[in-house]
Amino acid sequence: MSAPGQAIGAASTSRRVKDLAFRVAMLSCLGLAMLLLGVLIADVAVDGIGHLSLDFITSDPSSTASQAGIQPALWGTIYLMAVCLLFIVPVGVATAIYLEEYADTSKWWNRMIEVNIQNLAAVPSIVYGILGLAFLVRGPLSLGQVVLSGGLTLGLLVLPVVIIAGREAIRAVPSSIREGSMALGATQWQTIWRQVLPAAVPGIATGVILALARAIGETAPLIVVGAATFITFNPDGLASAYSAMPIQIFDWVSGRPSSPENDFGPLAAAAILVLLALLMSMNAAAIWLRNRYEQKW
Amino acid sequence: MTEPRDPQRENAEREHPIPSLHTREPSEAAPGGEAAQHQPAREAIFQLAGVSVSYGDKPAVRDITFDIGNNEITALIGPSGCGKSTLIRCLNRMNDLIPSATVSGRLLYHGEDLYAKEVDAVEVRKRIGMVFQKPNPFPKSIYDNIAFGPRVLGMKGSMDDIVERALTRAAVWDEVKDRLKTNAFGMSGGQQQRLCIARCLAVEPDVILMDEPCSALDPISTGKIEDLMLELEKEYSIVIVTHNMQQAARVSDKTAFFTVELDADQKNRTGRVVEFDDTEKIFTNPGDARTEAYVTGKVG
Repeated sequence: MSAPGQAIGAASTSRRVKDLAFRVAMLSCLGLAMLLLGVLIADVAVDGIGHLSLDFITSDPSSTASQAGIQPALWGTIYLMAVCLLFIVPVGVATAIYLEEYADTSKWWNRMIEVNIQNLAAVPSIVYGILGLAFLVRGPLSLGQVVLSGGLTLGLLVLPVVIIAGREAIRAVPSSIREGSMALGATQWQTIWRQVLPAAVPGIATGVILALARAIGETAPLIVVGAATFITFNPDGLASAYSAMPIQIFDWVSGRPSSPENDFGPLAAAAILVLLALLMSMNAAAIWLRNRYEQKW
Repeated sequence: MTEPRDPQRENAEREHPIPSLHTREPSEAAPGGEAAQHQPAREAIFQLAGVSVSYGDKPAVRDITFDIGNNEITALIGPSGCGKSTLIRCLNRMNDLIPSATVSGRLLYHGEDLYAKEVDAVEVRKRIGMVFQKPNPFPKSIYDNIAFGPRVLGMKGSMDDIVERALTRAAVWDEVKDRLKTNAFGMSGGQQQRLCIARCLAVEPDVILMDEPCSALDPISTGKIEDLMLELEKEYSIVIVTHNMQQAARVSDKTAFFTVELDADQKNRTGRVVEFDDTEKIFTNPGDARTEAYVTGKVG
């Protein structure tokens, strides 16, 4: 114990130096990460910004660099995201509800489901491509190399993200709300549908947007399930052949021999910029949604 | 809340019994109160016989046997951890929500077994409502909070009328009638609790169970809710768990005193009812020494 009357002095010099050194180290790491990101984006921007134009977005790919555009790829991505969304929302939310509200955790199969969802989120994306090829494109469903199989494959890939985010959102709803609802004579389903889910919507929506943001950039599974690298028409329905932005970028970067007269490099950079813009706006939307509607219990 | 241990005051209490602590109107206390003691027991709305609750293999309460009267306020008092909340949650089958809870014994509601196989717990909760310790309004507007119960139960009639009637009966209509569409979280604690009471009333139950409804509230809100209880008693039966002995003395007609006892095997502590009687008798002339020790503040 300190003697009475002893003033509370300042921290010793060595402690203050260590504190400062730690702060400097942390900020340097942060700065390094930001710098790398900045350099990457700047490099792409310098290459590609000149090629960004309405023509670029509305033209079809071509063997001639000056005439090539990303229209089919962009529409393909949009169609894929739509199919993915329509799949992951009902399936993901229903799974999250089952695991949080109905599953008896003392039963081994429920625990197994929980563990497996964590595992599925970590499986490399190309494995999902092979899964899609075996079951959706060929095999039992034999849908062929069409938008539907591509979208469902991406959906399977990002489903664990939605389930995990959905569970977090549902779990965050306090049990006092459920008790209050049940005490009024509501059934469990009425409580979930009218109280728990509405309160969990912001968290679920954020999870869905982040899942789509992941799906939008996936290339390997799409290559395996047969997205076309050269296609000159927009998808005309779920049973249509299709391309996607990452595939188009991949084709322009490495699939096509470039010559000085026919340089696809800047085109790829421009396409990357478009994709990045899409990604960043989706992430921004997710953050805005979360901040605006998040319920602080 | 324990009273200060003052022998002088204890003696004074015996000479000047509970009526001095009552804030009831004399017209209510005198003829009604006195007459009730001489009338035959009012019709019992709940009859408990040997009710015991365990969580897993840990017994929580054992052998609870008493009747809860119709249109009365029955208070469950006793120190913490002796199973008052556990027992009150049995009365509307809220313990069904806890997987490890098992209820045994006989619990009759209007003569019917509440835990019979064919009884649907959801139906039970329509007739027997509950107000919780911490106010738990839904994250919706005030209007939607009240309307939720009637909507899910499919009650007929104008929803506006139902909402207004419930809020009026809970003595909170004047304060909120201009902001029915605002979020319920914007209300003060006392208002939120009255909102929860209004929500409970909107589904027109027979019984209102209150689990320490005022323990999270300031004295003014507490007073308002106690007045409300005395009003509601005319139409509903109320069971209230309270730590506040003076509150039990102020509002209730009958009181059950709980305590915790070590089991025969000296391992588990279970809650039991030591004494159940008219409130006046419990507080002025209790039959059991443990009751006396508690109500006079000798033990907490």
